[in-house]
Amino acid sequence: MEAALLGVFTIIIGVGGCISYFYFSNLFTDKVLFPARNISEADVGGHRTRAALWTAAIPFLILVAVIIIQVVLAGVFALVSPGVDAVAIGIPTKVLIYAAVIAVVIGALIFFITGSKPVSAGQNINRANALRPWLFLAPALTALGLYLAYPVLETLRLSLTERIPGGGSDFVGLANYAQMMSEAKFWEALTNNMYWLIVVPALSTAFGLLAAQLTDRISWGNIAKSLIFMPMAISFVGAAVIWKLVYDTRPIDQDQIGVLNAMYLSLGGDEPQTWLTIPFWNNFFLMAVLIWIQTGFAMVILSAALRGIPEETIEAAIIDGASPFQIFFKIKIPQIMGTIVVVWTTITIVVLKIFDIVFAMTNGQWETQVLANYMYDKLFRANDWGVGSAAAMIIMLLVTPILIWNVQNARKEMR
Amino acid sequence: MDNIAGTKSSLTWAVHISVAVLVFLWLFPTLGLFVSSFRTADQIATSGWWKAMFPAEQNLTLRTAPPATQVQQGNLYVIEGNLFEDESSEATISVFGISSRDIDAFVPGDTAEMRGGERVTVQANGDYRLESDVEMEGGRGERVFVTAETPPEFTFQNYRNVLFDPSNREGMAKAFFNTLTVTIPATIIPILVAAFAAYALAWMDFPGRALLIAAVVGLLVVPLQLALIPLLRLHLEWGIGKGYVGVWLAHTGFGLPLAIYLLRNYMVGLPRDIIENAKVDGATDFQIFTKIILPLSFPALASFAIFQFLWTWNDLLVALVFLIDATGETTVMTKQIVELLGTRGGNWEILATSAFVSIAVPLVVFFAMQRYLVRGLLAGSVK
Repeated sequence: MEAALLGVFTIIIGVGGCISYFYFSNLFTDKVLFPARNISEADVGGHRTRAALWTAAIPFLILVAVIIIQVVLAGVFALVSPGVDAVAIGIPTKVLIYAAVIAVVIGALIFFITGSKPVSAGQNINRANALRPWLFLAPALTALGLYLAYPVLETLRLSLTERIPGGGSDFVGLANYAQMMSEAKFWEALTNNMYWLIVVPALSTAFGLLAAQLTDRISWGNIAKSLIFMPMAISFVGAAVIWKLVYDTRPIDQDQIGVLNAMYLSLGGDEPQTWLTIPFWNNFFLMAVLIWIQTGFAMVILSAALRGIPEETIEAAIIDGASPFQIFFKIKIPQIMGTIVVVWTTITIVVLKIFDIVFAMTNGQWETQVLANYMYDKLFRANDWGVGSAAAMIIMLLVTPILIWNVQNARKEMR
Repeated sequence: MDNIAGTKSSLTWAVHISVAVLVFLWLFPTLGLFVSSFRTADQIATSGWWKAMFPAEQNLTLRTAPPATQVQQGNLYVIEGNLFEDESSEATISVFGISSRDIDAFVPGDTAEMRGGERVTVQANGDYRLESDVEMEGGRGERVFVTAETPPEFTFQNYRNVLFDPSNREGMAKAFFNTLTVTIPATIIPILVAAFAAYALAWMDFPGRALLIAAVVGLLVVPLQLALIPLLRLHLEWGIGKGYVGVWLAHTGFGLPLAIYLLRNYMVGLPRDIIENAKVDGATDFQIFTKIILPLSFPALASFAIFQFLWTWNDLLVALVFLIDATGETTVMTKQIVELLGTRGGNWEILATSAFVSIAVPLVVFFAMQRYLVRGLLAGSVK
């Protein structure tokens, strides 16, 4: 109940805060900082001081708003469920110091920018327009920087240091990496990740292509697509449960309730297998889950690409007497090669980050460890941040070529 | 493409069959979970779920009513009744016996003589008549071994246990609401933040714009695994700790690159004329954004909302790291299921039902909003 209430308040505060930020920051820019009027010689000093002071006041105004919101929230919570101290976040002195520093810095910045020379209305409007994109971008850039860019650097730093018991850390160079390299589990995880990287994107794309090509030609293709696409909506954990039932094993004298064992026995297998504990092959049973999920994704994208192929090329091939297989492999595939590569790399990224399926189904036992799960083990079970961060950096390293390739493509498209 | 010469292949039936097989293969595992969630623990443990649709032949050990219920008819002592406790049961008995070593000695309608001299007649529908020349004694009824064909039977009891039983500490009700609490703010807030940024990247000119777009594309693929420790430390430093606020912020941060990327790509395609006309008419950027861009971008907003919803609903890792503390009060469904997999690995009725509760909502969203989902996938197939 408290959590739901907190959620509602967060939506209201988050949405309200966002909208009022965008509204008031624009208003502030147009009315106080760079008003659309001429600022004369006599006026310029006063305007400059006013702008700088108002800007410097903003962090404190925000703090006051936060405090008011907290007091109101605490009041509401006290009414709803007495005795629950749900929103006692409090404002540490550190935050106050930060606010003061920020206030001084941006106040000085504004003081510097506004300058001491008189400005015309036109100049002011231009200045406001130059500033506006950054107002629009600021929250997103802050979040991106703090939640994605900064962690990459911080993880890199952590991977080169070691925690000293009782706080603080020591620079240890590449010792964490060396320690990781000496662990058999790491090499197992890396090898398994390589198998995943080869098998999953290849089979998902192949099945997706097959499904796309076949469903495009029949009347109930859309329903079929929808059903093959459905696993996309299922969580990795849900999929893990679904497939654990498929792989379930019962003693030989009982009825098998796992489909795979039932089929295996009816096809002449002599005794039920515990599929997830057979080293090496169990990796492929785990991969089947991800292939099952990702095929729908590949199918949807490739189906759109297949439909985009110019009909003339196919007609020309038919007239020249090409067989359906030749049309598919020699006319269609080359034309959608770009899309196939995009699908392949997208699935590759999913595979590199794969965690939930292994975590829920085997937790890396029986030689099924993968990098992300190895990293989780190190970070939260062994509490070894150094080696855990080093493992995370290995994942980052494997992603980097795709990252660079994506950025290059995006830049090409923009030109 | 229907009218192209030669596409009507003579192998159409082969295509139909292949697609049917593919669909069947893809549906079969989920169907198994769905069917299992409606079966009792006994049914799941004794037969494969694919047999649930057909009548099952079962060997049962049943008892007549205890001697206390006997009535005297002439010089006979008689107990009459039905072997199946559930009166509405539609099971059909094919053979029965009175000894565990010989359970198929008689067919329905036969009269079997027991060691104590009692005679029992069992009908196919379970009706029996137990006669004795002397008064019967003992506390319990006579055992009858039957082989019965029971029709398919489904129950909602699993769902009642998992969702509506307040005393069930492994129930999903709390986790369901926790997941909902995580999901909704984590879906709405990034949309708003991203929409403004996407507008700036699409329609405002400023130095460094191309660089920023490239950075967003780059951040799309940064594995969130890297963010776990640094951010957790940051949250602990800020005093947010582990909790909803932390997980909302984390999901917002992780969802932003895709949101900005999708929305920007969509907004860039909006007609330039409308925006320029509005500017000429004196609209400010803020007005253009709220009154023109936002309403026109609805499809892209919907696509991203679905992505983010599915992603936050199905997430395990972010919740494990940023939300769930030692008390477990804030556990989400994915975590609850992983725990059940550990502690209740064999209890498929609990597992299947819990898992189905957690995947039901995404499935509904998926089927209702598939159009937007596909559109979003096609627009930004990078993440």
